[in-house]
Amino acid sequence: MNALGHFFQAIPFELLIIQTVNGIVTGMILALIASGLTLIFGIMDVVNFAHGELFMLGAYVGVVVAAATGSFWLALVGAALIIAILGAALQIVTLRPLIGRDPLNTILVTFGISLVLQNFALWQFGPTARRIAAPITGEFTLFYLQYPWYRIMIAVLSALIIGGFWLFLKFGKFGIWIRATTQDRVMAQAMGIPVPWVFTGVFAIGAAMAAASGVLFAPLVGVDHSMGLDWVLKAFIVVVVGGMGSLGGSIAAAIFISLLESYAAIWVDPSQAIIVSFVVLILTLLFRPTGMFVATPK
Amino acid sequence: MTTAPLDKAMPLRKGGLSHTAVYWIGFVAVMAILIVAPLLLPEFWRRFLTEVLIWGLLAMSSDLLIGYTGMISFGHSAFFGLGMYGAAAALIMVSPPNLWLAIGFGLIGAAGAALFVAYFSTRLRDIYFAITTLIFSQIFYVIIFTWTRVTGGENGLIFTRPHLSIPFVYDVRFSTTTLHWFVLAVVTGSYLILRRVTQSPFGMVLQSIRENESRTRAIGYSVERYKIVSVMLSGLFAGLAGVLYAIQNEFAAPDFVYFLTSGDTVIFNVLGGIGTLVGPIVGAGFFQLARELLSRLFGDQFPYLIPLGVVFIAMIIFLPQGILGFARRWLNR
Repeated sequence: MNALGHFFQAIPFELLIIQTVNGIVTGMILALIASGLTLIFGIMDVVNFAHGELFMLGAYVGVVVAAATGSFWLALVGAALIIAILGAALQIVTLRPLIGRDPLNTILVTFGISLVLQNFALWQFGPTARRIAAPITGEFTLFYLQYPWYRIMIAVLSALIIGGFWLFLKFGKFGIWIRATTQDRVMAQAMGIPVPWVFTGVFAIGAAMAAASGVLFAPLVGVDHSMGLDWVLKAFIVVVVGGMGSLGGSIAAAIFISLLESYAAIWVDPSQAIIVSFVVLILTLLFRPTGMFVATPK
Repeated sequence: MTTAPLDKAMPLRKGGLSHTAVYWIGFVAVMAILIVAPLLLPEFWRRFLTEVLIWGLLAMSSDLLIGYTGMISFGHSAFFGLGMYGAAAALIMVSPPNLWLAIGFGLIGAAGAALFVAYFSTRLRDIYFAITTLIFSQIFYVIIFTWTRVTGGENGLIFTRPHLSIPFVYDVRFSTTTLHWFVLAVVTGSYLILRRVTQSPFGMVLQSIRENESRTRAIGYSVERYKIVSVMLSGLFAGLAGVLYAIQNEFAAPDFVYFLTSGDTVIFNVLGGIGTLVGPIVGAGFFQLARELLSRLFGDQFPYLIPLGVVFIAMIIFLPQGILGFARRWLNR
């Protein structure tokens, strides 16, 4: 009992608040990545192994554009556009021939793509990490910390992108096509929706979202060629925990897992904190394999 | 698939040698080449060939899952790595280092990891299985990487190579040639065991799970149990490959537990031809040879994985059966 009391006393209240803010910020970036992943999965039945690499390449394009123009905002838009075009091209060349084949083929192909992209980045940009300067440098006082406004801005921007994307799905013409294709691929095709192009478009949108989150994240840590795998793993966990193909579930799971990880980081090394999300994944698989944040399937 | 009677009797033999005879003649021929090879090759290529055999064993073990049970494992690095660290533990703690103890420890380590992974990940199918095996292998990686006190962390463990010994009978230092023969013997033995397994009734059930899981369940087989056993079996042989690698290179490093090893394993399988058991060894040889040649032609910094990755993607789209795919039916008969 005494030990337990000591345990709770050992948590400074301020630290808890700081870690909550940190968790929400990373959670929003993760949600942005994972929503692209879950969208691609929900519509195309493709688990995009190369998603982390699109995130990483997006960050690199951001670095290049920011260095050339000096503008963070141009870098953000430029990276999203260029990676969207790259994503569309990749989908047309490699994934379209596989439509109708065993879904395991697609995971192998996207794994091959991730390999090529990662080594391309290493070859082209070298092993040293690059940085983008944050567009705003102000800080505010959070207890004893000087907390950068930029982190708050990341969370807000991610929320805006996801919100805009949701509106697009709900009201945009292409968004309605996407939802129709998710519900019934054959029927959508019969209604005249160009399903193969919807696939391409969805892949491009998912890629653009990954690239945008890459650029947003770049000022916090350096950009290097191996950053993709960590994030794609986390995004996979989020997508499974949130319920495969469910957008809302993914966002909830992203924030949930990031919060847990940043609380865990109070006591253990941040590199070990990822074990917490593995544990969440195992528990989900054991007790609720359809996902924690979706309604029980009938 | 029709059950109508055949118009004329199927010729059982088209004259000449039977399938079994041809198979074993081919087997003996390949074995003869591999036995003689270290005597003829220079030191570097001798080591190279031994290493290809070890990677081939790793790939072959994962072929049991990919090619026969129809589950793609992206987590074989965990079994390989645990085999490696298990062997390392035996070689460091026990003095003088004992070969058989190393193998035993390595297999126990790999079996432990395999039991853990199998229990959880076989609840899921297809893509989910692939992702969870990947995530589990990362768990082992994080543990090994951060538990510096026991595993040496990033630097790994260094130890001395055990002697080739049969207790009380025989005890001699490994040379690169005898090491090659030892590895060859282990890999060949594993191949024969795995071949026997895939042709056994158990292996037939695994293949029927690959073809149609729900029908297999409907017939009354406990699919989950079969899957767990196949993952464990596969993990054991992957662990054996890890032990061999540790013995050959005299170190264990967390890099081998990292995802890239699992990725390479999958590449070997796809290049060589899944569902053939020997295909993955051919794939491993092809991959390592291409890598060696590319870095000799263009220098060490050349990103050899870019052309190999493109070949890999093209093979999945245009030639999903792999290099030995044409012989798949024949090899499994």
